[in-house]
This record gives sequence, C-alpha cells and structure tokens, in this order.
Amino acid sequence: MTLQRKGPSLDFKNGRVDLSHGGGGRAMAQLVEELFIESFDNDMLRQRNDQASLAIDAGRLVMTTDGYVISPLFFPGGDIGSLSVHGTINDVAMAGAVPMALSASFIIEEGLPLADLKRIVLSMAAASKAAGVPVVTGDTKVVEKGKGDGLFISTTGIGRVPDGIQISGDLARPGDAILVSGTMGDHGVAVMSQRESLGFETTLLSDSAALHGLVAAMIAKVPQIHCLRDPTRGGLASTLNELAGQSCVGMRLREADIPVRQEVRGACELLGLDPLYVANEGKLIAIVPGEAAERLLSVMRSHPLGKDSAIIGTVVEDPYHFVQMETSFGGNRVVDWLAGEQLPRIC
Amino acid sequence: MKYIDEFRDGQLARRIAAAITAEAQPDRRYALMEFCGGHTHAISRYGIEDLLPPQVRMIHGPGCPVCVLPIGRVDNAIAIAREPGVILCTYGDLLRVPGSKRLSLLKVKAEGADVRMIYSAADSLVVAKENPDKQVVFFAIGFETTTPPTAVVLQQAKAMGLTNFSVFCNHVLTPAAIGKILDSPEVSQTGAVPLDGFIGPAHVSTVIGSRPYEPFAERYRKPVVIAGFEPLDVLQAILMLVRQLNEGRAEVENEFSRAVTRDGNPKAQAIIADVFELRDTFEWRGLGWLPNSALTIRAAYADWDAERRFRVETHSVPDVAACECGSILRGLKKPAECRLFGTVCTPENPMGSCMVSAEGACAAHWTYGRFRQAG
Repeated sequence: MTLQRKGPSLDFKNGRVDLSHGGGGRAMAQLVEELFIESFDNDMLRQRNDQASLAIDAGRLVMTTDGYVISPLFFPGGDIGSLSVHGTINDVAMAGAVPMALSASFIIEEGLPLADLKRIVLSMAAASKAAGVPVVTGDTKVVEKGKGDGLFISTTGIGRVPDGIQISGDLARPGDAILVSGTMGDHGVAVMSQRESLGFETTLLSDSAALHGLVAAMIAKVPQIHCLRDPTRGGLASTLNELAGQSCVGMRLREADIPVRQEVRGACELLGLDPLYVANEGKLIAIVPGEAAERLLSVMRSHPLGKDSAIIGTVVEDPYHFVQMETSFGGNRVVDWLAGEQLPRIC
Repeated sequence: MKYIDEFRDGQLARRIAAAITAEAQPDRRYALMEFCGGHTHAISRYGIEDLLPPQVRMIHGPGCPVCVLPIGRVDNAIAIAREPGVILCTYGDLLRVPGSKRLSLLKVKAEGADVRMIYSAADSLVVAKENPDKQVVFFAIGFETTTPPTAVVLQQAKAMGLTNFSVFCNHVLTPAAIGKILDSPEVSQTGAVPLDGFIGPAHVSTVIGSRPYEPFAERYRKPVVIAGFEPLDVLQAILMLVRQLNEGRAEVENEFSRAVTRDGNPKAQAIIADVFELRDTFEWRGLGWLPNSALTIRAAYADWDAERRFRVETHSVPDVAACECGSILRGLKKPAECRLFGTVCTPENPMGSCMVSAEGACAAHWTYGRFRQAG
C-alpha cells in the first residue's frame, strides 16, 4: 500500500464537513478511517465490511431502532452522540435484554464543523465503551446545506433476552405496583434551558444514561417484572397511557410520591409545562406484581442510577384505560396523553 | 423556587374544604363562575371540584383569551402569515386554533409559511431585528395581563424606528365580558344560567385593580372575590363567596392581596393608554359583537399596526354548526353536553376553541376531568 498517497489528515480544528465526505470517494473513506473507525475501534468495525457478523447463542433476540434529531446538539449533561447510544441501549434493555451491539447512521449537513462532529463521535464512543456495547457497523451521508439541521444520528441495537424473562408492555395486571427509577423531567428541562429564545439558566443536567446495568440488577432479583419502559418523549404521563392501553388496564398514581426535582418544578411553573409530560433519557418505569414491589424498590435504590426510585401508584381495572392521579391537593384528575408537542425536538 | 408548595398544601386544602362544607347551607345553591381560564385550569388540574359539597357548583367563564378569539381574526392572521416575506410570531396556544376550512397557523406553517412560536412579546422584536429583509408581525392576543408587554414592544419599535415590525392587535377587556354575561337574558331573565357570584381574575386584576368590578357587585348584587391562580387561592375564594352569599352581602373582596390593589398598576395602565384606545366594537367567540370591549392601536403608532399595513378586513365566520363553544363560554352548557366533545373534537383535533388551550373548559375537562363522566 505504499503507492497509495496518504495526503493531509482531516482538519478537526477548523475544517467543515462538505459534500465530498458523503460522496463515496477518498474523502469519505478518510472520514470513516480517521474519525469513525479510530473512535469506535473494535474487531468487527476493523474488518471494514458493509455489515457486522455476530455470533449468537440459542434464545430470543430483540432489535430496536431510533433516530436522534435533538436541537441543540450539545446540552448540559450530554450531546446527540451520547444520547444516541443511551437511548437505543435503553430500548433494548426495556425488554429485559442484554444489549450486544449497535449500528450508527450519520446524516450530516454540509458545513458542520469537523470539530463538532469529532466531539460528538468521541462522546458516542465513550458512551458505548462505558456501556460495554460496541458500535459494530455504520453509515455516513452528507446532505446539502439547508437540508438537515447539523446532524441527525440513527442507531439500531440488538440484544439477547435471558431465559425465563418475559417483559412486555401488555403484561400489566390489576394489583401491580408502578415504580419509577428517579426524578422526572430532568432531560427535557436541561435541553430547554439551552434554547436561546427561553433565556433561563439552570444547573440542571440531562439524566441521559444507559440503564441496562440497572435492569440486569432488577431482573436478577425480581425476574417476575411485568413491564419496563423508559419515559422519553411525552414523559411519564404519555408512557403510562401507552402501557395502560397495551395492557387494557387503568392506573392510579399518587402525585405526592412522584419524584420531581425542585429546579424542574420551578422551570415548569415558569414555562407553563407539566413535569409529568417532560422527557427523560435515563429513567425507567417498572410494573411488577404488588407483592414484589418493595423488594424491587430496594434493589433499584441500591443501584446508582436508581437511588431516587419510588413506588408511585398501582394498576387497576378500568374499561376506559384511564391513568388517574390523586393530586397532592387531595382531588383527582386524569393524566392524559400529551396533546400535540409540548417541546420541539428534545431527543 | 419557593412559594409553590405553600399554595398547594393538601392539608390546608382539606381544612378550607371542610369549612366550605360546614358553612354552605344544604338547601341553598351556590353557582359560582370562575371568569379566568387560569382558574379553570387550576380547578381541573388539582381536582378542586372533588373537594366541594354538591350545592357548590363551578361554572367555567369566558376568560380564556384563545377561546374567545373569533374565527375571522384567526383567518386574518393566517392570511397575513401567508403573505410573501412575512414572519408571524405568536404564543404557542394560538398555533393550533382552527380557522375557516380547518386551517390553522400550524397547518400553514407546514405549507411553508414562516410562523414562529414565542414566549414573550419582546422575542418578536428580536426576530424583527435579526430579519431586516422580512416583515415581522406579532399576533397579539389576551386580556389586560398581556396588554402591557405588547404596548411596551410597540413603544420600543417606535423608538428604534423599526420599519419591518408591526402588531396585529386582538387585546380584549375583562369588564366588558363580565358585563355581557350579567346582562345576557340567560342570566338576567330566564335563569338558564344560574349565577350567584364570581371568582374574579388574578393576573388581570394586578393590572386593572379591583375597582373595575365594584359596579358589578353594586348593580347586579353579585359578590366578586378576586383570587390568585394557585389551588388554595381558589378554595379560599370559594369559602369567601359562600360567606358573602350566606350573609346577603355582594361586595368586591380581594383574596389575592399579595398582588392586587384596588387601583392596580398605574404604570402599566399609563403605558396601555399611551399606545392603545378603545375599539368601537369587537367580536368575541361565544359572546358576539360587544361595544367598547377591545383595544386598537392609536394613530400615533399607526406605522406599526398590522391591520393598516396589511389592510386587514373584518369578516365574521360562524362556528362549526354542532360546536357548542358559544354556549359553553356563556356557561349555558357543560363540555360533556356538546355532541362533538370527545368524538370528533379532541385536543389533537380541536373543532372549537375551547378544546385548544389548556385553559379552555373543554380541554380542561377532557384532560383532567373525564373520569367523572365515565364513572
């Protein structure tokens, strides 16, 4: 290969992505080599095939995919890169599965500073390494200026479900307890605080985190968990409505038991939002037979990502599949689906 | 942030609720209208009706600015937004309000119009400064609460000599609407709308004070208690109204004394008076054309008046035939009595304005109160 001229390296300090980086030629190969393979370095990527080949044992595989279009690309506590790893790992983990591998597809807008792209890819690689889930295959496309918003990332994840685990959104039963793994609304408010038009400051960080370790600890001690789901877009309220609909049950929550940080409550007051509808990226909802609730709670609380876990309500019979809540004030209300968009593009 | 929990204390709420139950006479009717959408929202969100005895009934009033905006004005705003080179800025709630032909600002935005959601009137000035080659229009609505910020923005635009900025003014006046309700035949003659007292506006009253309500208490013999938007404020105001009715009094009382004085905010009033003057008449959804019920931009600020710049023509559009928003806004019907409620009209697909804003009676009942119907 000595006859191949190497040429100058990519200028990660001042350079920008241009259309040639997605053109399939040498510039694209250079971006893949110097940024993606370098950062995500693993055996499967190094084979430089258009696909990754994974060995599997017998059992059930789960697969999920998610697109990340968050604005801004960088926010307190994370960025689009780490989010695209955590979010997809979490979707795999919510089946009780052990995540095995991720794919990543980048749609980059012409003009994105290479420095930003590098920062994002390094953050993604760090998240993937910390989670122990490699990015094993990927794709890069560049679109003309004005046809994207800096960067969109799409990741797909696969994982293996341990024998004997059956977790699904349609398995909630009357009498089950509803738990959450921590405070609600941190991610949405942290992202919102970065929007220039809002102009408020907060020390709050996004809760973006990979939850498969917490899930593994939970199913090891309480394998009879019925449902797991991460309350991302639409927040706790919308996710519980999804689960109530899937399982054909109602739910009764106690507002006083739902953990919400003071900063999140304050920001929501100012902006006219309800924390129950604000997105989370590092929290989960667990539904478990009532008699196992306390045991699960103590397992969750002893994990660093679940220390603020709480039992927030119970599953009830209800032909209307309403999620209702006893307010801290003593009245009752329906906790409905989010109507329309509460906030644009937060994940 | 402090002072949230203090006004939402469940134990205190139960104590006030117990006092209401103890003092409300069992054979007497207490039909109380909360004028403001902010109160409607608090009542629904905190489940306040669950704490009241059956003889105390809340009637949702017309004080939701999005809900009373007539379809014709929404059509006007849509037409402005569709003009080439225009950026239309407005508050989030307005984007989904249906105009004629099922159009909304959200839909024309998807078609390519430049419609932007802002949190504050001042943001529209920033947009104008950043886009000198565009005409930036602020679609302004609201009662006296949102009027001073619009007035300030107009003063600033004039001072800066901004030539690419204007305001489409739809500000309306609270006392005019209260007067209309009290004069309506349903209240004053047939009794179709039972109405024994008012929870008076919170934020509006910080601007106009409590004095403007005094004629209503005197002339119509209806007690008014001005209350804040926190749930304890609302409960306390209900207790004060029950006491006034029991004692045969009809006075203006102020529960919201931490923010409202008798004369209001003179500085805000002066700014409003500098920029705006009374309109001869204005159409309200549900209430019809009301004389002297809205504001228009004074001649001194004519260059920043979008109605003049875009030659906006008045047109009046009737509601969808089966939509009961009009009756609901007048307290004549409840949301669940509308045939469209929850069938074709939902927050995702609103037919009438009461289903759009979180302060609208229909949206509040749909979002927080449906289980009462189901159960």
